Amino acid sequence: MTVVFERTTGLTEVETHYCPGCTHGIIHRLVAEVLVELDILDDTIGVCPVGCSVLAYKYFNCDMQQAAHGRAPAVATGAKRVHPDKFVFTYQGDGDLASIGTAEIVHAAHRGEKISTIFVNNAIYGMTGGQMAPTTLIGQKATTAPYGRDEETMGMPLRMSEMLATIDGAKFVERVSVDTPANIRKAKRAIKKCFQVQLEGKGFGIVEVLSTCPTNWGLTPVESLKWLKENMIPYYPLGNFKSPEEVE
Amino acid sequence: MAQKGRTTFKEDICKGCGLCVSVCPVKIIALEEIEINRKGYHPAGIKEMEKCIACQNCALICPDLVITVEKL
Ligand SMILES: Cc1ncc(C[n+]2csc(CCOP(=O)(O)OP(=O)(O)O)c2C)c(N)n1
Ligand code: SF4
Ligand SMILES: [Mg+2]
Repeated sequence: MTVVFERTTGLTEVETHYCPGCTHGIIHRLVAEVLVELDILDDTIGVCPVGCSVLAYKYFNCDMQQAAHGRAPAVATGAKRVHPDKFVFTYQGDGDLASIGTAEIVHAAHRGEKISTIFVNNAIYGMTGGQMAPTTLIGQKATTAPYGRDEETMGMPLRMSEMLATIDGAKFVERVSVDTPANIRKAKRAIKKCFQVQLEGKGFGIVEVLSTCPTNWGLTPVESLKWLKENMIPYYPLGNFKSPEEVE
Repeated sequence: MAQKGRTTFKEDICKGCGLCVSVCPVKIIALEEIEINRKGYHPAGIKEMEKCIACQNCALICPDLVITVEKL
């Protein structure tokens, strides 16, 4: 008898505050498993955002810092430059990264900071109760778009990965999803490659992870996975946008 | 058919989200209908363990690290 799946040591024993079925928990686990598999947990500094993952410092079993809203890439820049031998990552939501923190992520990528970003896109501001994010889909209802987002007054949803991939300093850009076990395995492979880009000193890397928010989407956890697959993936196509040849 | 896997659930930390139920290919996972755990949820569990194929789908999709899978 062999244990083929057990709790990773990359996470603490603390139970998370996330809503039932919220996929933030899956993404935490993938990041933690990769840190353990790359044997860098004790040399890692993580920066968590403002958003539902604001308390992620309680869950990751490594050094963590919590940043002001949207500013995780700036804090990570400081941490990495002072500790170039450490592995530094940020974990950010779409409100945090694609809205208030757009300048920070663009310029961290632009400067080619040797940090890695996990970008959790759930198309909504989860923590504050379901306001529209730049990533909210056309027709999707939010408390600040009660009739659904419309292009005329609110613009089209922002595709951050495609945009960041145009920046020279960004060396690894991939979009993944955690809606099925197969996609969860692929997401983990992408996170590992992204982290290797930093370890090899190549530059900035980001993995955008399509995620659910059952609570603010007003769906059950299982319905949310289906909604993600049918609505988010067609607009936010999965795949690698940029990768240094060596990690492919 | 011989049993291939053994899957254990830490019932007291389960939030009853049902994602594991939805991805089990042999459909042996169900939420408790009456019993509730200390968090106030109906936890997931397996009734017919002999049918488990140790595919790990449930553990991969569980957001709360409730599940351990062993291959026999
Ligand atoms: C400077 C500042 N502005 C606004 C807020 C309010 N606020 C808290 S979380 C949040 C949005 C979080 O959304 P997202 O980053 O998508 O994370 P999620 O909760 O969806 O994971 C906002 C606007 C804040 N805390 N600080
Ligand atoms: S509000 Fe949404 S994003 Fe936040 S924990 Fe709940 S389900 Fe997850
Ligand atoms: Mg969000």
